Amino acid sequence: MSARKKNRQGAERRFSKLQAGTTERRRPAGAKQHRTDLRDRWESYRSHHGQVAADALKRLFKQPLATLMTSLVLAIAMALPMGLYVMLNNIEAVSQGWDGAARLSLYLKSDINDRAAQQLQSELKRRAEVLEARYISSEQALLEFREQSGLGDVLDQLDRNPLPALIVITPKPAYSSQQKVDALRLELEKLPQVDQLRLDMAWLQKLNQITEVSRRLAGVLAAMLAMGVLLIVGNTIKLAIESRRDEILVVKLVGGTNAFVRRPFLYSGFWFGLIGAVLAWSLLQACLIWLSGPVAGLSALYGSQFELLGLGFGNSILLILAGAGLGLLGALLVVGRELAAIEPR
Amino acid sequence: MIIFDQVSKSYEGGHQALRELSFHLPKGEMRFLTGHSGAGKSTLLKLIMMMERPTSGQVIVNDRNLGKLPARRVPEVRRDIGVVFQNHQLLFDRSVFDNVALPLIIAGYGHRDVGRRVRAALDKVGLLDKERKNPMALSGGEQQRVGIARAVVNKPPLLLADEPTGNLDPELSAEIMHLFEQFNQVGVTVLIATHDISLIARMPYRLISLREGRLISAAGDNLGAR
Repeated sequence: MSARKKNRQGAERRFSKLQAGTTERRRPAGAKQHRTDLRDRWESYRSHHGQVAADALKRLFKQPLATLMTSLVLAIAMALPMGLYVMLNNIEAVSQGWDGAARLSLYLKSDINDRAAQQLQSELKRRAEVLEARYISSEQALLEFREQSGLGDVLDQLDRNPLPALIVITPKPAYSSQQKVDALRLELEKLPQVDQLRLDMAWLQKLNQITEVSRRLAGVLAAMLAMGVLLIVGNTIKLAIESRRDEILVVKLVGGTNAFVRRPFLYSGFWFGLIGAVLAWSLLQACLIWLSGPVAGLSALYGSQFELLGLGFGNSILLILAGAGLGLLGALLVVGRELAAIEPR
Repeated sequence: MIIFDQVSKSYEGGHQALRELSFHLPKGEMRFLTGHSGAGKSTLLKLIMMMERPTSGQVIVNDRNLGKLPARRVPEVRRDIGVVFQNHQLLFDRSVFDNVALPLIIAGYGHRDVGRRVRAALDKVGLLDKERKNPMALSGGEQQRVGIARAVVNKPPLLLADEPTGNLDPELSAEIMHLFEQFNQVGVTVLIATHDISLIARMPYRLISLREGRLISAAGDNLGAR
């Protein structure tokens, strides 16, 4: 930079000398002159960037169809993982509001008779945590098992009922979080009447696990599609470079630096990424609007207040920044190699 | 301005374009570079432009030893050299003005400076009224003059021309040569590669004549080298 400036000043001095004739007139070199020169250069550098950015955008709009197709491909690649992410957020939000998913089954010792068991049931019912406590005697249990399993003949051959009596407890919603249910379980396990206690949270746990697996899958998908975005932008920029080969040659011949030659293509990549991200955002938004009606209807049927969660402001900004960044990166990855190959011969 | 010291250039495949060529082109002079095609004229210009590097020997341009310059400093060398090409290398996707402005924009001149200098250069070659046209719409001679305007717009101390009159009729050629003389008169060092013997015979400038990559004496010239 400083060498270049010195150069230019040198050239200017030579020329002012040329124009002034043979007598050498030295320009007074003061600090003030230097500063205005720097500011001028900064100004022109900035306006050059603005111009290159605007020019790159104009070029994209000169071929609206090709630009739209590329941007749409980028948009789909960005919308997929982001859409999955939004969906998972919604599933999580829904499952958080679910109560009654946890159930505690207290299997009673065999020496507990019906009366004692019913007394325990009413004691449990009085507890603050408990919404419902249902007593199932061993006879009832056998009956249910006979009906559900279809193993009636086998059961008939047994000389006594092998099934224990049990009390099924449903915690109140306020106590149905994993932690609180665990605490309740530890307490109930100590009851002398209880032989064994089973916590039935499997369904919720499975859902949580599935959500977690999906979240990671979304991460993998996002990484793969980000690579896809890089490749698409890279390839598009590669073609753009090829189509502007003559211009690059001329620019290099008249002293354009690599940074100068690179700049318009980096801006193109940036614009592609940005346009793709904005389209992806619009796609997602359209999907959300399309889904929000039925979802509201569905949740109303379940008597729930659930509303579809959107992208949110933060995620929208993140999506757009990530898109633009990926576009820039994709351009950056090809531009150096491609441009080095174009040298005037 | 230009010093070649024992410069040889051989290309891959063994073709030897220049053989131990030495000459000195002093500042402010104008010379013609002549020789048959294949004699090494283009190679010589390419070495000055750093489009090629010598196999051996030294090339010094504008007090810079080009052999020692890393690739990233090539642009700064080229900014001090105005080049006029035979096929003028204009860009047809932009106006005459934008073509001429290119070297200034690359060098980072401010907006107002660019306008002023481009118009001065176009005025010099007599094309001020064509600044908004596409170079495609101009005649061959006019296109070449746009190329010249672009070459001189940032006032380089050295002007190179590679067969600048190659595609022009004698009248236009003389006109172009006259332009080069005018630049030389304000102090620009000018080197013009041409095989148009009839044109240079009428002009009082020294020759650098090449044959098979070597310097040879030419009629009416006491050798370019000193």
